[in-house]
Amino acid sequence: MTQVNVRVDGVSYSDDVEPRTLLVHYLREQLGKVGTVVGCDTSNCGACTVHLDGEAVKSCTVFAVQADGSEVTTIEGIAPEGSLHPMQKAFHEMHGLQCGFCTPGMIMASIDLVNDNPNPSEDEVREGIEGNLCRCTGYQNIVRAVQQAAAEMNPTGAQA
Amino acid sequence: MTVTEERPSAEAPEKEVGKARRRKEDARLITGKTTWTDNMVLPGMLHIAVVRSPVAHAKITNVDVSAAQQAPGIIAVFTGRDFAEEQGSIPCAWPVTPDMVNPGHPSVAVEEVNHVGEAVAVIVGRSKSAAQDAVELVDVDYDQLPVVLDMESAVGQQPHLCHDHLASNESFRFVFDAGEAGTGVDTEQAFADADVVVSRRFVQQRLIPAFMEPRSVVVSPQGDNFTLWSSTQVPHILRLMLAMVTGTPEHKLRVIAPDVGGGFGGKLQVTPEEVLSLLVAKRLGKPVKWTETRSESLMSAHHGRDQIQYIDIAADREGNVKGLKVHILSDMGAYLRLVSPGVPVLGAFMYVGIYKFPAYRFDCQGIFTNKVPTDAYRGAGRPEATFAIERIMDELAVELGMDPLELRRKNWIGAEEFPFTTAAGLEYDSGDYEQATQQALQLLGYDELRAEQRRRRESNDPVQLGIGFSTFTEMCGLAPSRVLGSLSYGAGGWEHASIRMLPTGKVEVVTGSTPHGQGHETAWSQLVADQLGVPFEDVEVLHGDTSISSRGLDTYGSRSLVVGGAAVVNAAQKVIAKARKVAAHLLEASEDDLEFANGSFAVRGTPGTGLSIQEIALATFAAHNFPDGVEPSIDADATFDPVNFSFPHGTHICAMEVDTETGRVKIRKYACVDDVGKIVNPLIVEGQVHGGLAQGIAQALYEEAVYDADGNLTTGTFVDYLVPSAADLPHFDTGNTVHEAPGNPIGAKGVGEAGCIASTPAVVNAALDAVRHLGVTDIRMPLTPERVWRAIKDGGDGGGRATAGTTAYGGASTETTTGVSTDESSLGGDR
Repeated sequence: MTQVNVRVDGVSYSDDVEPRTLLVHYLREQLGKVGTVVGCDTSNCGACTVHLDGEAVKSCTVFAVQADGSEVTTIEGIAPEGSLHPMQKAFHEMHGLQCGFCTPGMIMASIDLVNDNPNPSEDEVREGIEGNLCRCTGYQNIVRAVQQAAAEMNPTGAQA
Repeated sequence: MTVTEERPSAEAPEKEVGKARRRKEDARLITGKTTWTDNMVLPGMLHIAVVRSPVAHAKITNVDVSAAQQAPGIIAVFTGRDFAEEQGSIPCAWPVTPDMVNPGHPSVAVEEVNHVGEAVAVIVGRSKSAAQDAVELVDVDYDQLPVVLDMESAVGQQPHLCHDHLASNESFRFVFDAGEAGTGVDTEQAFADADVVVSRRFVQQRLIPAFMEPRSVVVSPQGDNFTLWSSTQVPHILRLMLAMVTGTPEHKLRVIAPDVGGGFGGKLQVTPEEVLSLLVAKRLGKPVKWTETRSESLMSAHHGRDQIQYIDIAADREGNVKGLKVHILSDMGAYLRLVSPGVPVLGAFMYVGIYKFPAYRFDCQGIFTNKVPTDAYRGAGRPEATFAIERIMDELAVELGMDPLELRRKNWIGAEEFPFTTAAGLEYDSGDYEQATQQALQLLGYDELRAEQRRRRESNDPVQLGIGFSTFTEMCGLAPSRVLGSLSYGAGGWEHASIRMLPTGKVEVVTGSTPHGQGHETAWSQLVADQLGVPFEDVEVLHGDTSISSRGLDTYGSRSLVVGGAAVVNAAQKVIAKARKVAAHLLEASEDDLEFANGSFAVRGTPGTGLSIQEIALATFAAHNFPDGVEPSIDADATFDPVNFSFPHGTHICAMEVDTETGRVKIRKYACVDDVGKIVNPLIVEGQVHGGLAQGIAQALYEEAVYDADGNLTTGTFVDYLVPSAADLPHFDTGNTVHEAPGNPIGAKGVGEAGCIASTPAVVNAALDAVRHLGVTDIRMPLTPERVWRAIKDGGDGGGRATAGTTAYGGASTETTTGVSTDESSLGGDR
């Protein structure tokens, strides 16, 4: 067992974990952060995407111990309880989800995308989220959602 | 009389049906507050891991579990012998012929294994990792047998046998002959008399549903009662089947489908793991959980498609179709699962498409191979049929030198001819194929793209352009119970709904249809809000729990709205009828003098007398002042059994760029106009079309489940099985025409499968249209750059590369995970 000290969604945790424990399993099984899900075992689907110190990572590709000393944000921590992040709101408004299983990861990846590129074109969104698979939507409404959220997150982005 | 009526309220609220309501269910899905089965944790819960066969066909000579039993954290290990007496067989509910051969399907193998990935032992541990670690410690001795993988060999001369105790590899042979059925003329005669006959062999590659949420099961024993949560499309069917298979009394078993992350037919199943989880929970008296890995899912959850189609079409020189003959080999895999044999049979009645064939014959052989069983995958039989007819129509057009759209137009059913009974014996309900086609041509910008195609052709541009059509129909609203009975299906096709009027006037709608992404909670709320005249927000939709929703037949076959929604509407009508009696009593009026509008009863011609149905709900709860002889409830149930299928249709047009130097294909534009009848929520309908298109296009361009010569699935991860990403798919231009379905009170036809059924042939036809002038007559799916390039370079369908070592129908194996390519490798997609 190895100790890991990590701040998740604004709360500090100090836990003993097996060194092989993946961050996603630590989040789900030890912290009960089940909003973040596991969709594959080869880091292809992106369903487990969270932010590690502000950057999107696939939490199935990070050991919990690698997050030691870091700040992790999950889908459960991007907006205060009772309110929505512009990206969440846009996914709802644009019908960017159906079954919703890929949605937490898709939203986390999309926020990271817009942080890097405040005014992405359709093609840039498609390229930017290609590490996240969705089987329901055909992506078109996800693309619309990301572009709408980008406009809200960066009101001046259109002029940039 | 009508002109003098006054409305009880000044202003009628806007109708909910037709409104692009944002979905209610999103609130939990976008915030991570979901109830996926794998999220569940119960006190003392144990974890199951499954030991799976690494060989495709073998006798099991020994299973040594001693090391696993002694591993840390292991509670128990079970083999097939341990459960042999109680596991029964995974049920097959659709014996399509009286003499269908069903070899039986143990949940955990006892004597032999018949496909890679079949369960051979079950490990129960205190943690998931302990159970998974111990999988390595189980030592199984296999006495290997020859493997059967290729269907044409399996029915050829002296084949190896998939099941050595059976006489052949054929499970069934199902024949429908329109001449014999009286729905058409003699097929042989029609072909003998025809000017032109075109014959083709098409391959429907094996696909994997690949729902995003891996399957998961939790079972909690409480005394002699069991609650089972499962990531399933079919909690009601699952409960019944588990009761029958395991001998658990049905009333002692509660099945719950909580939030379910996609299904696409892949969770329309009674799985070995569900049976095993129940048996383990029974044996140990402890709650258990099993959640699969993606690799397990791809290698052991059922697959879809996998047919070889031999299609013959007959016509006269003017292009009037005279007959259609269909012979298909349909790969069942190693066993029959819930509706495996029914999938090709569902397609049997759709091969004639929208065309007026005078003669039709369908002949299907279900074949066993040592691969994972096939079963429902989005469209289930209808995509295969649509592909065959829409591809062969193009081939006939080429043969006749006709424009493919003109050939279709010449033969399709005219708008004035509905209802129309086809040679397959189905009565198509409504539609206008010309109207949908005209709209789709406009959406695409057809003339401009045809002009560009000519320019590229004339200039010998290395990038050629092609345009492909699919003018399709499908049958939805599964299904009239009597029809299912005539096809030997093991259940009916009705759906159930209940409406509960709560004291505060809020409404609970219980539906037997079980969503997993389709938005029932929103759409059903819209239906009920309009029916009862209550606010959308006042309606809650409950589903997926057999204790709450006592009757239901679940979600598949684009049936939810058409059958389940109809039951909801009928239940609402019954609520109104009951409330009317109460209203008449409270308003001291005759029932006949009351009118119900916008949620209120009022005495005709007496303004200000309104009594809302929500107020009546409270009065009913109190029951202080109630009419004599009337029970104090306005709640109601309804069960709807459709009299006919519904027949959505549409025109899909794909414009495709083909790089003749690299074989790369790129969808330039995709336009479709679908007629799905009445649209309850345009946002949801558009989303369903998008998702269907993605999967249909993925069959054409990307996806294929590939087995090697030993029967190993070489596309066992998302590295190799190419579910498309956002960057792999185009923008879709979609539209609708509306011809309501006469067969249900909503007028809806169903939309869940339309895009998936229609799109595949449009895409392939487009690619072929781009390169036909180069001598290409077919390209095998998926249209990888390699296959396209080979077809252009060598002729044939590009799939004829050395197939030794693979059953990929075309030789493609995959890039390995380390990125090493060999001559036999590369599906051509990248990720």
